[in-house]
Amino acid sequence: MTPNSPSEKRLDELREEAWKEGVVAGKGVDVAGGPIPRKPGYYGQAVVKPPVWTWEVPFYFFFGGMAGMSAVIATGASIFHHLDLARTAMWIASIAGAILSPILLIMDLGRPRLFLNMLRVFKHRSAMSMGAWILTAFGACAVPGLIALELNAHQIFPGTLDQLLRVAAGIFICGAAIFGTLLATYTGVLIGATAIPAWFLHRTQLPIHFGTAGLGCAAALLELLGHRIAALNFLGFYAAGVETALLIWLSVDKHGAADRAIHEHRSGWLIRIGEVLNGPLALILRFFGLVPLAAISFLIGALVSRFGWIAVGRVSGSDPEAVFAAERY
Amino acid sequence: MAVWCARFFESNLGLRFTRCDQNDSTRLGRPCGRAGGGDGLERKDQQSMIGEGIQSTNQRKHSYVRDNVEVGFFTDPTVCIGCKACEVACKEWNQVPDDGYVWLGNSYDNTGHLGASTWRHVMFLEQDRAKGNQIAGPMGLLNPQSDLSAVASAEAEDPFRWVFLSDVCKHCEEAGCLEACPTGSIVRTEVGSVLVQDDVCNGCGYCVVSCPFGVIDRRPQPLPDAGGAFKCTFCYDRQKSGLVPACAKVCPTESIVFGRLDDLRARGADRVRQLQQSGYNDAQLYDPTETTVRGIHAFFLILGEPEAYGLPPKPQIPTIYLKSAWTSAFATAIASIIATLLAFAFFS
Repeated sequence: MTPNSPSEKRLDELREEAWKEGVVAGKGVDVAGGPIPRKPGYYGQAVVKPPVWTWEVPFYFFFGGMAGMSAVIATGASIFHHLDLARTAMWIASIAGAILSPILLIMDLGRPRLFLNMLRVFKHRSAMSMGAWILTAFGACAVPGLIALELNAHQIFPGTLDQLLRVAAGIFICGAAIFGTLLATYTGVLIGATAIPAWFLHRTQLPIHFGTAGLGCAAALLELLGHRIAALNFLGFYAAGVETALLIWLSVDKHGAADRAIHEHRSGWLIRIGEVLNGPLALILRFFGLVPLAAISFLIGALVSRFGWIAVGRVSGSDPEAVFAAERY
Repeated sequence: MAVWCARFFESNLGLRFTRCDQNDSTRLGRPCGRAGGGDGLERKDQQSMIGEGIQSTNQRKHSYVRDNVEVGFFTDPTVCIGCKACEVACKEWNQVPDDGYVWLGNSYDNTGHLGASTWRHVMFLEQDRAKGNQIAGPMGLLNPQSDLSAVASAEAEDPFRWVFLSDVCKHCEEAGCLEACPTGSIVRTEVGSVLVQDDVCNGCGYCVVSCPFGVIDRRPQPLPDAGGAFKCTFCYDRQKSGLVPACAKVCPTESIVFGRLDDLRARGADRVRQLQQSGYNDAQLYDPTETTVRGIHAFFLILGEPEAYGLPPKPQIPTIYLKSAWTSAFATAIASIIATLLAFAFFS
C-alpha cells in the first residue's frame, strides 16, 4: 500500500484524534481503551447472522396473512349466504395469495430462477419448506374456488353442471380456508424457529400476532371495499382486541438484553407504532363507529409491525449480548 | 558438544531432538517412547514439547469418503501462530471471491467473521490474563537493562496474552442449516460433514437465520455466484480424492488437525489434560455435546470462556422451537375459524 492511500491517511487522522481527544469514535476503532477492547463477545461482532431478507418478506407476510384469512371469511360468508362478500373475499384471496405472495417470495430469493427448487422436497422440520407447500396448496384451492364461484354466480352453465360447480366451489373454498389459516400463521413459526434471540423468545406469540393480524386485515379490506356488515365489524373488534392483548403481553414479557431489540432502537419503535395502530387505536376508532378509519389504522399497523419484526431480527441478530443472554434461558 | 547441547535443551526446555520411531507411536495423542532408553535422557515425567510424538494425520492420503468414516477438524489455538495460511489456502483452493479490502482495527484481524466468502477466519484475541506459565512481559515499554524477574513482576501486575484461533464451519451433528433448507440443497456427506450443493440452492436465506453459530451466509451482489448460500465445504472435493482439506494441509504448526473424529476427540481430551498440567488452567474443549446441537465435527480447544471467541456457550438447533410455535399456530388457526363462524352466525 502506498503511503498516500486513503487508508493510511485515515490511520494518521485516527492517531491524531486519539492523541488529542483520548477517544476515537467510530466502527472498528479501539484506541481509547488501550489494546484490550471491552466489547461483548469477539470485538462486538454478531454471533448469529442477521436475516438477509429485504422489504419483500414483510410485504409477503402482510399479503399472505390477508389472503389466507380472506378465504376463511369467504367460507363463513358462503355458509351463511353472503354470496357477494364471499366473491370479493375470494378475489382478495386469489390476488394476494396466488399472485402477489408468490411474486414477492420469488423476488426475495437470491436466485429467483430456481424458485421451483422449493418444491423439490417436503421437509416437515423446515418451516420454509412447509410454507412453500402451504402457499402452493392454498393457490391450488383459491384460484379454482374463485373460478367455480364466479361461474356459479353468473349462472353460465345450466342445471346439473351449475349444481356441480356449486359443490366444487364449496370444497375448494373450504380447502382454501384450511390452508389459508396455516398460510397466515406459519410465518410466525418461520421466524419463531430460528437462532435469532428476539424471534425465538416470542415464538408462541408470533403465530398469534401474524394470524390475527391477517384476519383483521382481511376484514378491514372487505369493509373498505364496501361490505359494511355486522359480522365483519365483530371480526374487526376481535382482531383489534387480540392485538391489544398482545401489545400488553409484549410489554410485560421482557427478557432483558436478550430481546431488547423489541423495546429499544428503531426496530422497537416500529413494533410499538404498528401494535398501537392495529391494537388499541383500531379498537377505539371502531368503538366510536369510525369503521373506515379503524380499518385503515389496522391495515397500516399490521404492515408496520411486519416490518418491525424483520427489523427486530436484524438488530437482535447483530447483537452478541442478546445471543449470550438468550442462551441463559 | 552437540550431545551436550541436546541434553541441555532437553532437560531445561523440554525439547527433544531424537526422532520418533513411527512404529512406536501408533496411537494418537501419546508421546512416543524411545527404544533402548535409560541413558539418562529418559524423562517420562517431564513436560514434553507441544505436539511431540503425535503422528501427523494432515499430510497423508486417506479413503475416508469411500469407507464412510466420520472426520473432523481439531483446532488448537495454543499452537496457532496467526499466519492466516488456512484462510489463504481456503480462498485459493475453493476459488472464494475477494469480498473487500477493509481495515477493521480488531488486533491483526481484518477478516472480520465467517460468511459467504470467508470460510476460514483466524481470530486474534488480546486478553488481560496470563497464558499458562509463559512470561509475556508488560504491555508498556520495558527498560532493556532490567532482568527477567522485572518482566515477571510486571507481568503479574499487568498480565497479557494473545490467542489465535482459526474459526470454521462447525459441521454440527444436528445442523440447523441442514434442517432449515427447503430445497434439500444442504446435505450430509459420507464423512459426516454438511455440504451446500450450489446448483440446487435458490438463495431463500432461511439457513442464514437457522445457524446457531452464524456461519452460513448469502453471497451479495456483485460477487461471482451471488445469491446462493455459501460456507465451508470441508473440502469435500479434495476428500473424495483422498486429499486433506486445504486449510489443514497448509497449517504449518498443525494447529488445524484433520482426521477421524473419534481419534481427534481423544486427542483433544489428551491435549486439554496436558495443557492444564502445564498451567493453562482455563483450557477446555469447545464441543457442545450436551446441547441439542449434539456436538460439532470441527471442534476447538479454547483458553477461557467461549463468549470471548464469539462462540455461543449453549448453541441450540432452532427446530426445538417448532413444537411450541406450531401449537400456537394451530390454536390461532382454529380460533380464527371459530371467531369467523361465530361472527356470521350471530351477526347475520
